[in-house]
Amino acid sequence: MAELVTMPKLGFDMAEGTLVRWVKAEGDPVEKADVIAEIETDKATVEVESGFEGVMFRHLAGEGEDLPVNAPIAVVAAKGEELSDEDIDALLGEAGVKAPQKAAPEEEQPVKEEKAPETEAAVEMAEEPDVTPAGGTRSSPLARRMAEDHDVPLTKVEGSGPQGRIVKKDIEEYLESMRAEGREEEAEAVGKTLQPLTAFTTGEIPEDEVIAMSRLRQAIGRRMQDSNQNFPHFYLTRVYKTGALMKLRKELNQLLPEEDKLSVNDFILKAVALALRQYPNLNASIEDDKHIRRYGHVNIGVAVAVEGGLMTVVCKDADRKPLRLIAREVREMAGRARNRKVKNEDIEGSTFSVSNLGMFGIDEFAAIINPPEAGILAVSAVQNVPAVEDGELVIASRMKATISADHRVTDGAEAAEFMAVLAEYLEEPLQLLI
Amino acid sequence: MEKKDYLDLYREMVVIRRIEERSAELYQKGKIGGFLHLYIGQEAVCAGIGSVRQPQDRIITAYRDHGWAISSGIDPKFVMAELLGKVDGCSGGRGGSMHMADVEKNFWGGHAIVGAHIPIAAGLALGDVYQGNDEAITICVFGDGATNIGFFHEALNLSKVWNLPVLWVCENNQYGMGTAVDRASAVSEIRQKAEGYGMRNERIEGMDVINVRKNVSRVLDTIREEGGPYLLEIMTYRYRGHSMGDPERYRAKDEVKKWEEEDPIGIFRRYLIDEDVATEEVLDEQDAQAEKIVQEAVEFAEASPDPEDETLFEHIYTEPTPVDYRGYALEKISEGK
Amino acid sequence: MARMTMREAISKALWEEMERDERVFIMGEEVGVWGGTYAVTKGFYDHFGEKRVRDTPIAEAAIVGGAIGAALTGTRPIAELMTINFAYVAMDHIVNEAAKLHYMFAGQFKLPLVIRAVSGGGRQLGATHSQTPDAIFAHFPGLKVVSPGTPADAKGLLKSAIRSDDPVLFIENATLYQSKGEVPEDEDYLEPLGKSKVQREGDDVTIVAYSKMVPAALAAAERLADEGIEAEVVDLRALRPLDMDPVIASFKRTNRAVVVEEGWRAFGVGSEVSARIYELAFDYVDAPVKRVAQAEVPLPYNAKLEQLALPQTEDIYQAAKEVIYG
Repeated sequence: MAELVTMPKLGFDMAEGTLVRWVKAEGDPVEKADVIAEIETDKATVEVESGFEGVMFRHLAGEGEDLPVNAPIAVVAAKGEELSDEDIDALLGEAGVKAPQKAAPEEEQPVKEEKAPETEAAVEMAEEPDVTPAGGTRSSPLARRMAEDHDVPLTKVEGSGPQGRIVKKDIEEYLESMRAEGREEEAEAVGKTLQPLTAFTTGEIPEDEVIAMSRLRQAIGRRMQDSNQNFPHFYLTRVYKTGALMKLRKELNQLLPEEDKLSVNDFILKAVALALRQYPNLNASIEDDKHIRRYGHVNIGVAVAVEGGLMTVVCKDADRKPLRLIAREVREMAGRARNRKVKNEDIEGSTFSVSNLGMFGIDEFAAIINPPEAGILAVSAVQNVPAVEDGELVIASRMKATISADHRVTDGAEAAEFMAVLAEYLEEPLQLLI
Repeated sequence: MEKKDYLDLYREMVVIRRIEERSAELYQKGKIGGFLHLYIGQEAVCAGIGSVRQPQDRIITAYRDHGWAISSGIDPKFVMAELLGKVDGCSGGRGGSMHMADVEKNFWGGHAIVGAHIPIAAGLALGDVYQGNDEAITICVFGDGATNIGFFHEALNLSKVWNLPVLWVCENNQYGMGTAVDRASAVSEIRQKAEGYGMRNERIEGMDVINVRKNVSRVLDTIREEGGPYLLEIMTYRYRGHSMGDPERYRAKDEVKKWEEEDPIGIFRRYLIDEDVATEEVLDEQDAQAEKIVQEAVEFAEASPDPEDETLFEHIYTEPTPVDYRGYALEKISEGK
Repeated sequence: MARMTMREAISKALWEEMERDERVFIMGEEVGVWGGTYAVTKGFYDHFGEKRVRDTPIAEAAIVGGAIGAALTGTRPIAELMTINFAYVAMDHIVNEAAKLHYMFAGQFKLPLVIRAVSGGGRQLGATHSQTPDAIFAHFPGLKVVSPGTPADAKGLLKSAIRSDDPVLFIENATLYQSKGEVPEDEDYLEPLGKSKVQREGDDVTIVAYSKMVPAALAAAERLADEGIEAEVVDLRALRPLDMDPVIASFKRTNRAVVVEEGWRAFGVGSEVSARIYELAFDYVDAPVKRVAQAEVPLPYNAKLEQLALPQTEDIYQAAKEVIYG
């Protein structure tokens, strides 16, 4: 029995996707859950898995083609099954969709043209065997394995072997330096290295450059413009005392294995989720002109900076999860987002978002709401600052956070109460462990 | 010889003939692979020698070995199973047509490299001498073609220098593959080569099994009494090509026909009737028995299974093969599947 | 333990095994009256007699072929080839017979046979008499190829070879005959065939060697140690069966290896050992494995040129420095 594969909906707001690459060629056997194609959406490149087993009988769309959600993209036939064009039309008819035009050669043409420069580059590479290999760095198999085991980005490691090859010793030294400075200071450590000399070059001033926007960049632009222009934002900022939280985190991290160590943000996610439980109006969306939908789940979106843009991964039911699980899930999802290997469920269903730029040392900022949510919390750096406690001037740990809220859904007082409750959780962080 | 012994000898020659005929058939059907060298026409040599050698005498021969395997006492069904490469073959399906052996029967193979077994034969005799097996003789059989290779000369020389009890038997079927003896050998009488090593030698006719028995028996007695090597050149003829697929451009059809009239089985049959050892009917009955033995051998061989995959690594050494090699190669097999 | 030369150790192993087992005998060119061209069997002829110490014609096919036949009958011959360069003359018997018979006849044939041969160059014997073709013989399943690097191993391995029921090619190196070491005096001192051995421990680089290259590797290791680099020297001792376990275990610690052989590099011992390192320990590779071997030329007679072509301690030292990027 032949089955139709359609453009999957990979998020509640996804309208169309680009078929980036066929993984299964026509004639390839297909097992259930085999990856058959890669689809690029506004948010990510996602792998499409087959729901059935059989043989990839025909591709109904070409690589590079934009297709609306639910458009048929392929026919998977049972093993040994032969299908005529009429059979396929019938199948499409049954599914209630029009037969798409078969990917015509002309349509494939532009895709090929786009690829041409790559080919040239490849030729140049071939002619010069000593250039840095694909992936950017030269490294020994052992170094690669160690880097993977310890989550070390090879691009940050200086290779001491021949032609800059990264070897065991380099990874060991890198790990040693990280250990010495403490993991949280990783960013700082990187910041301490001198900027590349190219920034100060006195050579010729380069020409202007026009670059194409990636789909992700375009999508971010569209959505943020829509949100900022059409949703009435208001902003409230509060300073949080974070001394207790930092102390608790340090203590907990001494008990936890490397892969489960907690970040400040993990505490914030937990605290936000618990506070939202008390303020359901902020965990909501405009349904239509007359209704607001208050979500049952508390799913916190976490903005992750990725190459060429940002993505929001979603920690589902964060109010119910222990911190350690939140930490692990978010770390894994963020990793996948950065590698453009994000799964559909990683990025859908958020009801409120958190954006944290603390690791960049940002003092204070306001974020644009991620529609259709009603609010977003912008979290800045934890810093030791002069503060007054019990009438004394002391050095204390503080962090600023700003909520951006949709005025159609909520008002200043409600959002301010939310921020106050959030303060109770963050300043008495033991509550987050219960 | 008793009457029964004559009939047994006759039947054995017919069995050897039929085994070869069936082998040719099975080869053409693709059931026998590789090389197949038939012994048809030479039966009197192996049957004659097989019937006079003592159990302690070792037999070692070249690649045309099916007849020798049977005349050494290997059941035809194990010979046929080996031809089909089956687990019940006398070499477990690992040797094939050219590599049959049964140490229990003192039959030391089937060796396929021309002349390579000749020095080994000297060594077998050396082993017997060393261990004081005074009654044992090694009977080493080779074709006329093998007497032109260095191994032959090194071995003959050594056997004489060390006075080893070897009966060197040259089955002169007059062709080394497709090259006639006089085109390949400086002397057309192979026995002359023994002269160069001061070795006793003789040339005898080999189509009459009674003649072969008589002469070989006499020579074996001589060796047992006096010690030392002896070369016997036995004149014979193969009716078939060197191996399956031999176009036989090197000899005339008439020549083959002439020798077929001198067929060793026909000669022996006439002898048995003329000497009143057996009647036509009795011999026909032996023919039928031979037919049955061969038919059973073929059925046995076809029914025998292929060796198990797991046995691939057995017998590389006397102790099990080291694990890494095993793993290494087994991995290869599973990849192939 | 007694301090002795490798020549004495080999001689002792032969003598003890002949005393121990009547079935053991020696055959070869000049092994008897002469006492062995390398004087290994000096005094044997007088003691054991001509039956057990057999001078042969100069006819290697007859020597090896004859020894195979004798082994099949249950004796335990030791065939001496004088030098391995003459093994080519007996190649058919080594490769097509000795290595095959046990397998080809499904285990019916047993060949308790040792073929002794002297390998190696460096004595100005010219191209035909100076080869180290050991790797060729390691190519054939069914043959065991053993080659000691120390006097103790020479004794223990040779005794094991003589007691083995399989054909063993026992390769000696003439330039090692005078090398000295402590050798166990126990008459049942046996070293296992097909087991590599760590001759020196270290954590920085693995040097794999055998035969004459073992002392060379140890000398290189001493030089490296002066610079604070600790090399582990693994002595293969047998090329077939090839025991990679100690090599891999060492490599997983050091992540760098140099494989040394006296023979030619192409298709050699180093090729096999390094391929297996890549296959078995790819994730531990921190630098490409280096091979040290003889220059790809037929060895010249001229002493200076000959030494130029042969691998030296200095080459091993340099290669080790290169793989540790030192």
